Amino acid sequence: MKHFPSISPASDASSPIDRVDPRLRLVAAVAVSVLVVLADEFPVLATALAAAVAGVLFSSVSWRVALGRLLPLNVILLLLVLLLPLTTEGTAAVVVGPLAFSQEGLRAGAAIALKGNTIVLTLLALLGSMDAVTLGHALSHLRVPDKLTHLLLFTVRYLDVLHREYLRLRAAMKVRGFRPRMDRHTYRSYGYLVGMLLVHSFDRSERIAAAMKCRGFRGHFYMLDHFAFSRRDVPFCVASLALLSLLGWMEWR
Amino acid sequence: MSEPLIRFHDVAFSYGPERPVLLECNFRLDPGQRVALLGDNGSGKTTLLQLIVGLLRPTSGRIEAFGKPRREEADFHEVRRRAGLLFQDADDQLFCPTVAEDVAFGPLNLGKPREQIRQIVAETLDSLGLAGYEHRITYKLSGGERRLVALATVLAMQPEVLLLDEPTTALDGRAADRLVEILAGLPQAMIVVSHDREFLGKTTGSAIRLSGGRLEESSD
Repeated sequence: MKHFPSISPASDASSPIDRVDPRLRLVAAVAVSVLVVLADEFPVLATALAAAVAGVLFSSVSWRVALGRLLPLNVILLLLVLLLPLTTEGTAAVVVGPLAFSQEGLRAGAAIALKGNTIVLTLLALLGSMDAVTLGHALSHLRVPDKLTHLLLFTVRYLDVLHREYLRLRAAMKVRGFRPRMDRHTYRSYGYLVGMLLVHSFDRSERIAAAMKCRGFRGHFYMLDHFAFSRRDVPFCVASLALLSLLGWMEWR
Repeated sequence: MSEPLIRFHDVAFSYGPERPVLLECNFRLDPGQRVALLGDNGSGKTTLLQLIVGLLRPTSGRIEAFGKPRREEADFHEVRRRAGLLFQDADDQLFCPTVAEDVAFGPLNLGKPREQIRQIVAETLDSLGLAGYEHRITYKLSGGERRLVALATVLAMQPEVLLLDEPTTALDGRAADRLVEILAGLPQAMIVVSHDREFLGKTTGSAIRLSGGRLEESSD
C-alpha cells in the first residue's frame, strides 16, 4: 500500500535526540526558530546554523533526507537572493550592465537564506523523526487547542483513506478511456472527481461521527498516553538553554 | 420466557415522505439468540441496526431495549454501551491513530480508570489473537486485521448484544473463517447482516428477512 511521504517521519532509527521528551523537542524547536527569525547579526545566524547542522548530525535523520528537504527551499531562496539586491535601495556593490546589486539587498538576501536553512535543519533535527501522532499528542499536552490537534490527527488518519478513494475514482475514469487533455470535458471530469471526493468525505465523516457516538463519545477526547520528563532529558534541556542564551547574548548584548 | 434484550413494536422509518424504508416492523431478540438479518440491497437492514442504537429515530412505533422504552438521545447512551454495532466499513470505525487508542476510546468515554483500560485493551486484543498490535497504526493494517480491530473496539465496551453489519465484506476466506471461529466463542446475542450464506449458516441459529419494509421469519 502506498503511503504519503509527507506524513511519515523523515527517519525511524533511534538516536539520542529521539529519546528526548517530544514536548521538550517541540518547545526547543519553536524557541530556536523564533530567535533565529528575530536575530539580525551574522555571527548569531552562523552560530545557529552550525548548531542546527550539529543537531542533524546527532539525530537519526540522514544527510540524503536533509539535503532533499533543503533543495526545494533553496531554489526559492536563490530567486530571492538574486532579486532582493535589485529591488533594495542602497550603495551598489556589483554593477552588471544596467543592473545594480545593492549591498543592503545582498545582506538581506543572505540573512534570509541563512535563517531559512537554519530553521528547516532545526525542525528536521528535533521533529524530523517524530511521527505525526506523537507530534499531535505533544501539541495537545502543550495546551494547543483540542480542535487543532484533532484536525491534525484526523488528517493523518484519513489522508490515506481519501487518497485510496481518489485512486479508485481515477481508476474508474481510466478504465473508461479517460485521458486528461486541455479541453472542457477534462476540466468538467476533474470537477466531478473533486466533487465526488468531497461528497464521499462528507458521508464518511457522518459515519465516523456515528461510530464515535456508538462508543459513548460526547464531545470530549481522552488521551491514553502520557509523556513524562526523565533524567535523560536533562542534557538536552541544558544544551538547548545554553544555545538559546548564547544566541541571545550575541545578538542583544 | 426471559425478558427480551431488544424489542420493536410497529416500528416504521422513512428518509422523508418519498423514501419509506421500514413499515410496521415487529421483532424481538432474546438473550443468547443469534439471528441472521436477510434482505435485498437497500431493504433497510443497516437502517434497522442504526435504529436499535438510536443513530436514527423511528418515524412511528416503539423501541424497547434492555427492559426499558427508548425514545430520547439520553435513553440511547446506555443502549450504545450495551449493544455494540460493528460498522460495514472498518475505516469508519477506526479513527484513532493507533490500535490501543482506538480500543481504549470507548472505555475512556465510559470513564473507566486508566489501569483498568490498559488491562481491557490487552485482554480484548489477546482474545482476538491480536496481542502485540497495541502500537500498530490503524491505517497501515490489512483489511482482515482492520475488521478484527474494529470488533475489538466494540468488544472493549463489554456489550451484551452484538450488531454486525456485513462483517465479511472485504475479507478473504481465511480471515472470514477466523471471524467465524471468534464469533462462535463469544457469549453475546447477535444480529448479523450478511449476504454470505455460508457465514450465516455457521454463525447464526435463525433468520429473519426484511422485504417490502416488513420483517418476516425466514426459512433459509
